[in-house]
Amino acid sequence: MPLKLSLASLAAVALLAFVGCKPSSTSDATGGQGGAVTLLNVSYDPTREFYSEFNRSFTSHWKEETGQDVTIEQSHGGAGKQARAVIDGLKADVVTLAIGYDIDEIAQRTGLLPTDWQSRLPHQSCPYTSTIVFLVRKGNPKGIRDWNDLVAPGIEVITPNPKTSGGARYNYLAAWGYAQRQNGGNEQQTREFITKLFRNVPVLDSGARGSTTTFVQRGIGDVLLAWENEALLAIDELGAGQIEIVVPSVSILAEPPVTVLDKNATARGTLDVANAYLQYLYSPEGQRLAAKHYYRPQEPEHADPADMARFTKLERFTVQDEFGGWQEAQRKHFADGGVFDSIYQSK
Amino acid sequence: MTSISRPRVLPGFSLTLGYTVLYLSLIVLVPLAALFIKAAGLGWSEFWQAATSPRVLASYRLTFGTALAAAVINSIFGFIVAWTLVRYQFPGRKLLDAIVDLPFALPTAVSGIALTAVYSQNGWLGQYLEPLGVKVAFTPLGIIVAMTFIGLPFVVRTVQPALEDLEREAEEAAASLGASRWQTILWVIAPSVVPALLTGFALSLARGIGEYGSVVFISGNMPMRTEITSLLIISKLEQYDYAGAAAVAVMMLLVSFAMLLLINLIQRYAARRYQGVL
Repeated sequence: MPLKLSLASLAAVALLAFVGCKPSSTSDATGGQGGAVTLLNVSYDPTREFYSEFNRSFTSHWKEETGQDVTIEQSHGGAGKQARAVIDGLKADVVTLAIGYDIDEIAQRTGLLPTDWQSRLPHQSCPYTSTIVFLVRKGNPKGIRDWNDLVAPGIEVITPNPKTSGGARYNYLAAWGYAQRQNGGNEQQTREFITKLFRNVPVLDSGARGSTTTFVQRGIGDVLLAWENEALLAIDELGAGQIEIVVPSVSILAEPPVTVLDKNATARGTLDVANAYLQYLYSPEGQRLAAKHYYRPQEPEHADPADMARFTKLERFTVQDEFGGWQEAQRKHFADGGVFDSIYQSK
Repeated sequence: MTSISRPRVLPGFSLTLGYTVLYLSLIVLVPLAALFIKAAGLGWSEFWQAATSPRVLASYRLTFGTALAAAVINSIFGFIVAWTLVRYQFPGRKLLDAIVDLPFALPTAVSGIALTAVYSQNGWLGQYLEPLGVKVAFTPLGIIVAMTFIGLPFVVRTVQPALEDLEREAEEAAASLGASRWQTILWVIAPSVVPALLTGFALSLARGIGEYGSVVFISGNMPMRTEITSLLIISKLEQYDYAGAAAVAVMMLLVSFAMLLLINLIQRYAARRYQGVL
């Protein structure tokens, strides 16, 4: 009965192919000018509240300007995961991620955008910035003022794992930059400082929100290293009266960049609206909303002074100046066998 | 005797076999083949280096060790649970029966966060365990707890039907023929339950090895100490090291496959041995 077998298999294949084909022909209904248009913004976790308000503002702005209806779909998740989704074919029009490294990888691996993408928009394509600060228990019982207090014996420091959390790489690099300044650039001493600091870390959560939960809800640790916008949000939402912010003497300039994925936007006919969307982040309204949602705007004169009062002035160094850019920082510190790994292997 | 072209009593063999092969290929074999192809992008020495660096080896020890411990715990206590549910009538039995399935239904992240909340140093149970010197959250013990939690239904649900099929008359007959309590358990109950128990053990073990969502919250993820293999795979992906991640995954897959095969062989051996007895 070999014939019957193959016929039956064929029937099975045909059935499956039929079922499998159906969804692929839908969901490409994006209009050009005039009709309604959808834009997909792939972002990272802590921007959720900011973009939900910004998108509403942009939608009405675009309607006034052009008469066109634009629907913005938002996707949030860990920055690395989001970048991998785009690399694997998620048709995003714009990406707004935590670190330039992830967008560099998209450019290199897919060619959806030119590799010099970061020079296309003002301020290295970062319409808003942030920094790394400390969250401590109410009243700061351990007297933590600056980075060197974190390496004291008996202090427990909470930070996500820089290997699994893009945002946490800033925590590590901020500490490194501080130590380099302190030691006059003696790298051996800086390595010892970083090693001591991470020996004080009892739990390495895989992402930033996990660390915040560990610190605030579980009550573990004396200090949490966090993005300033996350720290301010945590105080607002979780722990008013339980925790407070300590701003160190020096920290890192956290630059979450934004960019258009040219090839996706061109194919979907959304290039104009995608560019306008990102430009709007730099507009007075965009800057005001960024400040409202705890990001430091590039043009503070447009922000509400009450919002600006939440940001303490401090010296911030950049990844570019201190580490020679993300590719270099990644290679030296976070790649397998890098400095971060050696902290745990020299035990 | 089992050639494909031999006519059969039950019709539809060729259609169902065709469908089975196709379905398994699409759902299981093709993705796994892709994994091997990705890993093959590395040369042999690179593959070996990626799959056997000290940190990865530590994670294998941790993952397989904790999954094994959890599967053993589940086999013992899952058996007791199944026994209670099958053999005794008591109010709330149906409710208890339904509760067994909860770990199946919960998103693993929810289980992880809930377990961490309970067992961390200021949690409901953690605050009493801590003074006794027992740390659960953020230690390998916490990982075992999480794996035990998610693996329990596998043992209960595989052992339950075997126990239900067991007729009380067989035990009574054994007793009337002069068998002691232990002899009855060893020679009458065990033969029909052990194969099912082994299946449950294997499923629970496999689930534990592959678990990610619930474990990352309770483990603390400290390199060399409480870092499970799945987390290392994720951290390699986070560096866009697809091939390295695939190498570790292939290694894990091969070891898991070997373990499951071994359990199957033991199961078959056990079944045959006991059949000889009966």
